[in-house]
Amino acid sequence: MFGYYVDLALRSLRRNQALTALMVLAMALGIGASMTTLTVLHVLSGDPLPGRSSTLYYAQVDPRDMNGYLPGKSQPMYEMSWIDGMNLLRAKRAHRQALMTGGLVAVQPPDTMLDPFYEAARFTTAGFFPMFCVPFEYGHAWNASDDEAHARMAVLSAALNDKLFGGTDSTGQTLRLAGTAFRIVGVLGDWHPNPQFYDLTRHSYEENEGIYVPLSASQDADLHHDGNVTCWGKGGTGINPDHASRCAWLQFWVQLDTPAEAAAYRTFLVHYSEQQKALGRFQRPPNVRLRDVMRWLDYNQVVPDDVRLQTWLAFGFLLVCLVNTVGLMLAKFMRRAGELGVRRALGASKHSLFAQLLVESGVVGLAGGIGGLLLALLGLWLVRRQPAEYAPLAHLDPAMLLATFLLALGASLLAGLLPAWRACQIAPPLQLKSQ
Amino acid sequence: MDILPILSTLRRHKLTAWLLVLEIALTCAIVCNAMFLIGLQLQRTDMPSGMAEHELVQIQLGYIGRTPDAKAQTQTDVAALQQIPGVKQVALDRYLPFSLDGSSNTGIKLDPRQRQNTLDAGQYLGQNLLPTLGVHLVAGRNFQPGDYVDFDTAVAALNSGDMKGLPQTIIITQAIAERLWPGQNALGKTLYTDSGIPFRVIGVIAVLARQNDLQQGAQYSTYWPIRMTSTDGASYFIRCAPQDRASVLKAAVAKLKQLNPDRVVLKARTYDQARRAFFANDRAMAGILAGVIVALLIVTALGIVGLASFWVGQRRRTIGVRRALGATRGDILHYFQTENFLLATIGIALGMALAYGINLFLMQHYELPRLPAIYFPAGAIALWLIGQLAVLGPALRAAAVPPVVATRSV
Repeated sequence: MFGYYVDLALRSLRRNQALTALMVLAMALGIGASMTTLTVLHVLSGDPLPGRSSTLYYAQVDPRDMNGYLPGKSQPMYEMSWIDGMNLLRAKRAHRQALMTGGLVAVQPPDTMLDPFYEAARFTTAGFFPMFCVPFEYGHAWNASDDEAHARMAVLSAALNDKLFGGTDSTGQTLRLAGTAFRIVGVLGDWHPNPQFYDLTRHSYEENEGIYVPLSASQDADLHHDGNVTCWGKGGTGINPDHASRCAWLQFWVQLDTPAEAAAYRTFLVHYSEQQKALGRFQRPPNVRLRDVMRWLDYNQVVPDDVRLQTWLAFGFLLVCLVNTVGLMLAKFMRRAGELGVRRALGASKHSLFAQLLVESGVVGLAGGIGGLLLALLGLWLVRRQPAEYAPLAHLDPAMLLATFLLALGASLLAGLLPAWRACQIAPPLQLKSQ
Repeated sequence: MDILPILSTLRRHKLTAWLLVLEIALTCAIVCNAMFLIGLQLQRTDMPSGMAEHELVQIQLGYIGRTPDAKAQTQTDVAALQQIPGVKQVALDRYLPFSLDGSSNTGIKLDPRQRQNTLDAGQYLGQNLLPTLGVHLVAGRNFQPGDYVDFDTAVAALNSGDMKGLPQTIIITQAIAERLWPGQNALGKTLYTDSGIPFRVIGVIAVLARQNDLQQGAQYSTYWPIRMTSTDGASYFIRCAPQDRASVLKAAVAKLKQLNPDRVVLKARTYDQARRAFFANDRAMAGILAGVIVALLIVTALGIVGLASFWVGQRRRTIGVRRALGATRGDILHYFQTENFLLATIGIALGMALAYGINLFLMQHYELPRLPAIYFPAGAIALWLIGQLAVLGPALRAAAVPPVVATRSV
């Protein structure tokens, strides 16, 4: 029976090709637009470390004076000052922890065929690699005692290792960074957390840093800091913030495996703030935050407003396309009232007429869905050519493919339901009489 | 034209008519808001910087090894750059207006005891900025050599709390002067940074946009007499005639590399390129919105064509009867045009309410301003026009139905 209905549907659709094309096109445009924007939204609001992110927390304290303080409203300092970062790191109250900041370093390639260039770097303590589950292609990370020893070690990203050493195992070799020799101890594997949650003052969806250097060694070598610096009171800074200055420029991450540990750590931060206030360093009442990865991303609103707006816009567009298809389908079915009346008079039940019409709208929906999928692929290709930093990430994944299929199916049934139901309400004798 | 018969016909096609009204209403609401958003994006991209934008190029250098004597190197560089044919002025500064690279900002107060800042302003530091950028001084004077302090001296002074190492004077934009001292002469007045350090206003410039954070007051900019070097992250900004930009850039880069090969060029571009990059997202968004408006109007128009064609087909006999009873072709044409006008008007009325609702939602979630009234008639006219255009074809076909149809059976 289903085959017969499909056959009937195709015949009916062929009878009015322009109209069928119009309905399919409208559905395809609506589905294509909404899937494109939904995919971008999905990619951008993803979890950068699935299964791990809920145990990683970004810690904030507030070392500022009372200037500009609004009780209960002021957020703590966005980043850590050197003194607070070091104090919290040395307290070792978390399972793992890392104090880090961004840098921009001059790389002098060992191969003299290459000109020197500047590369984005991360200056961090050793906790970074195990805490963020960073995979290694060659070698390994440095450890906490290397941090203590101010060891001049470096870890390279796979991309930079390709550029400098043609992708071979470069561990053990020496790389000169801004005039200082560093020993390469490791090369990262394929690692692209998106968004780049650990330092949102960088562009959140950009390529990762090429070079990782122990924080202590980076300061000895006077490597250039690159990133946000916020000073308070009578604090000021050049490119490299002074360690004693009233400036915040480091990020501090901790790993806390259970909610109880997180609660305990928050209490510790409050105690730390009270203690610093007693010492006269802090002036505000304890003002701390401890957000896990997803809350931190949410607080920073990493998904651009434009992308959210575009998603709303696309769904508005889909709605118009749906209403459009419902209207056309309804008109089409109502025009066939005569034919439907004959079929009813010949003994077809309301139920089977309804099924037949639904199959017809389903065929339109399916065609629209396939067209929508193609348009979504085209749309994503267009998005990838946009200037936005997230553009290269816009790809369809299996989850979104399934979502497209479901959206197409749902939309077409929705578009078919009302017209089919309405057309089945026709009283057969009336229709026959008017003939 | 009598609209009562039209209404009574529409009553027989209630569902289809309402669907068309709904489609027009949704389209109208989305189009109004999308046009408004495009207006906002264009307003942003057209924001004045206050500079001679087409006459500026930027070169930023990074040092490879340990940096040499930064001050001496910078002096040599500037002197050499000024010798290049076509170069009019050379300045040092970290960032210019509409910068993606970063910004420097400070809170400003009228009274050092204030808890909250009066306003937040962008900071420009560097030597020879005003003549190079082409910024107009409307009152007071530019900095003189005695006003300047070296950047590292100023930072050291801030951190040690010894205010002697800091400059005493400042130049502000007219926007700040009017905000701080409305209707008064700002020259000679004192303002304070958020940490309470006093600076005396010696000059007021007409327009200079800040680097970013534009929502905090796009024209709130300050200029400080602090001497930068190319190792402090500052770029060389060169002013030359628009047609000389490419040749000056090339000659300047070559000269700088020759003076000290131990450095790499991080940036070498015209200011126009930098500004384009800053607003690239806004332009892309405006393009997407325009695309959506066009697509929506096309889909709606095609929907109207489809429905009208069905109605015409369905009513062939009625039309024939009317023609036989003496209705002219014009009557039939007007009938369908009026019908569409009625449906469009109801749709537009609903659409306006919906547009207002959508705008309220956007205002709450995306910090957008209120939708100005001008967009309502614009959206209405767009939909009336689209409706009339779309219905014209089917209506002409209806008018062409001959009276003889009335006598035939279908």
